[in-house]
Amino acid sequence: MSMATATAQPVERVNYLNKEYGVWSWLLTTDHKRIALLYLLSITFFFFIGGFFALMIRLELLTPAGDLVQADTYNKLFTMHGMVMIFFFLIPSIPAVLGNFLVPMMIGAKDLAFPRVNLLSWYLYIIGAIMMLHCMLTGGVDTGWTFYTPFSTAFTNTKIVEAGLAIFIAGFSSILTGLNFIVTIHRMRAPGMTWSRLPLFIWAHYATSIIQILGTPVVAITIVLVAVERTLHLGIFDPKLGGDPLLFQHLFWFYSHPAVYIMILPSMGIVSEIIACFARKRIFGYSFVAISSISIAVFGFLVWAHHMFVAGISVYAALVFSLLSYSVAVPSAVKVFNWTATLYKGSIRYDAPMLYAFGFLGLFTIGGLTGLFLACLGIDVHVTDTYFVVAHFHYIMVGGALMGYLGGMHFWWPKISGKLYPEGWARLAALIVFIGFNLTFFPQFILGYVGMPRRYYQYPQEFQVLNVLSTAGATVLGVGYLLPMIYFLWSMRYGKPAPDNPWNAAGLEWKTPSPPTTYNFEEEPVVTWEAYNYDEIDAAHKEEVPVAG
Amino acid sequence: MAAVHSEAHGETHNPALLHHFATEEQQRDASSFGMWIFLATEVMFFGGLFCAYLIYRRWYFGDFAAASKSIDAFLGGTNTAVLICSSLTVVLAIWAAQTARRALMIIMLLLTMLFGLAFLGIKAVEYKQKFDEHHVPGASFSFEHESIPGHPDQYANPRHAQIFFALYFVMTGLHALHMIVGLGIFAWLLWMAWKGRFTPEYHTPLEIGGLYWHFVDIVWIYLFPLLYLIDRHP
Repeated sequence: MSMATATAQPVERVNYLNKEYGVWSWLLTTDHKRIALLYLLSITFFFFIGGFFALMIRLELLTPAGDLVQADTYNKLFTMHGMVMIFFFLIPSIPAVLGNFLVPMMIGAKDLAFPRVNLLSWYLYIIGAIMMLHCMLTGGVDTGWTFYTPFSTAFTNTKIVEAGLAIFIAGFSSILTGLNFIVTIHRMRAPGMTWSRLPLFIWAHYATSIIQILGTPVVAITIVLVAVERTLHLGIFDPKLGGDPLLFQHLFWFYSHPAVYIMILPSMGIVSEIIACFARKRIFGYSFVAISSISIAVFGFLVWAHHMFVAGISVYAALVFSLLSYSVAVPSAVKVFNWTATLYKGSIRYDAPMLYAFGFLGLFTIGGLTGLFLACLGIDVHVTDTYFVVAHFHYIMVGGALMGYLGGMHFWWPKISGKLYPEGWARLAALIVFIGFNLTFFPQFILGYVGMPRRYYQYPQEFQVLNVLSTAGATVLGVGYLLPMIYFLWSMRYGKPAPDNPWNAAGLEWKTPSPPTTYNFEEEPVVTWEAYNYDEIDAAHKEEVPVAG
Repeated sequence: MAAVHSEAHGETHNPALLHHFATEEQQRDASSFGMWIFLATEVMFFGGLFCAYLIYRRWYFGDFAAASKSIDAFLGGTNTAVLICSSLTVVLAIWAAQTARRALMIIMLLLTMLFGLAFLGIKAVEYKQKFDEHHVPGASFSFEHESIPGHPDQYANPRHAQIFFALYFVMTGLHALHMIVGLGIFAWLLWMAWKGRFTPEYHTPLEIGGLYWHFVDIVWIYLFPLLYLIDRHP
């Protein structure tokens, strides 16, 4: 504890940021909040790398001819864009940054169940990330992020094994994070924090962790088999040796479909927190939203072959997976309806986090609905492997997951950094992101529908206008992403100090100082209230004006 | 050191209790739960291989049966007995810890490791046999004129047999890798036991190490009949 000095200067309160200084106090920390920041730096770095590849792709696609890069290089660009964004940005992003920071605080715990495993998880991510960087700098991979066989096992000359190993190690990081969250949520809740009082952010991360635990090992073994086939020529997937390339696709998508739910569920958790706070209302249908998170996790494991409708599976299998894919949309729709119902008769404020939540609502809905188009076999035969699919998944992953992530970063930034970000700039950035995003990806729906294939670097002349619009949108989007980077950094030095609860939000994390101390709570909290008790909170604060911004 | 520690927060507790836990029981529960979840991930990890195995076995049953006949079920059976005994010694080690029998605990841990080493040794013998018989997939693989059990007039398809051997080596190899990691874990547990860190009140690392070892044992109990006993006849 710091002691009062003899001077008139107020001493800065001890918190998790200033408790210890020095590189080793960060690299050997077991404080979940510091580990969250370590992850924040890492995944932001990889976001830039993935974004760079995206920029190169969109630059090439400005013109119909393949004139910026060679065909092989283009293959590497979209492959590396996908691998980096999925494995080194999206999958860790919310759980490893906001999840690590908030899960213990939201349940009233001092830390996660296994703090040292948490640190190990970050180191595994870094090892995998460095390996992937090295792979990219020494030639990269050109198979598409899906590295289908037999191209990846028998024909390509690029660095599949190294990239596979990098993803394998990063996957282990993901597994350990999920393991930590599940045990923490089960065993470390404060007295009175029953399952039905948990914030929906926690339910979302619990469901995500189930997927991480059960799904990631399958892609791990798939990578092992590909590596073994490439190096030792054991032909599990090789038709020449009696193997089946489709077995690879089944094993790959068994993880990679649930993986997309790893990417979206945490974001949905954030949206629940933001909407409740900025509508000053309990989330409508709390239990339905909680159960739907678990349903998405479970159903998400049953639909993988909808990525294989035209790969050669039987039409009866395709029918079954089509039906299951329709049903997995139901719990997601339940959430969207419940969030909308929460807004009804709420006292809505349009702060930046809420703008991102609104963006999420609209864009996730579009992305999700277009998923239903793809689940329909007749439509899928027409648009599969076209830009329609590309637009669909970017609407969900960028318009959905990334918007939620940005909203969450803004919402909890005062808690994490102890500073307020500039609200005016934040609202502007949210608007720029929304406009840039739609300009980038909406034309791609049309492009896909009229026949532009994905992963091609040249296209017929008549598609150029839409491609140019898309590239223009990408530039705007890039500006929109740069702005928060700048003003968050700015706020750490020049921002107004944040109060403990700038939003008057519900949740145990807001009952700590901003920024929190290392062990979060002075005394273990005892919870006697339901989640999102905004009516109680607002009754007590009726005379106060919210202080954010 | 312990005195300063307990002065610092006013009550004594087992030095193994980590500060983010409220009670030793909570820590034990959490550690155990964590290991069970890790084992669930291992089930899914091996599961992919079992899935591939099941598919190819169904498609190429005769070829798989022929290939299975060529691996030594006696050695495999011995290994099964070895691992089951090693699981017994693990359980005895934990019982010894629970009843403060330090010498027995250390002996049982040593025996467990010896059994594990025996398993790996027998595996090495088997692998060498396969290498000598040109059953290792790759350029020098050969599986000509091996008849399918029950159909002496039909020869097994070498390409399909190669798939069996590919799966055999990957599955038993991955299992052996887990055994080696297990030996490392038990070496560490042995060291902790030697230093007197385990008491009847606290021996959680032994329990969760034991869980891991039992899991590796169970994987082998599935592998043995699936790989060694396809369509065996006396």
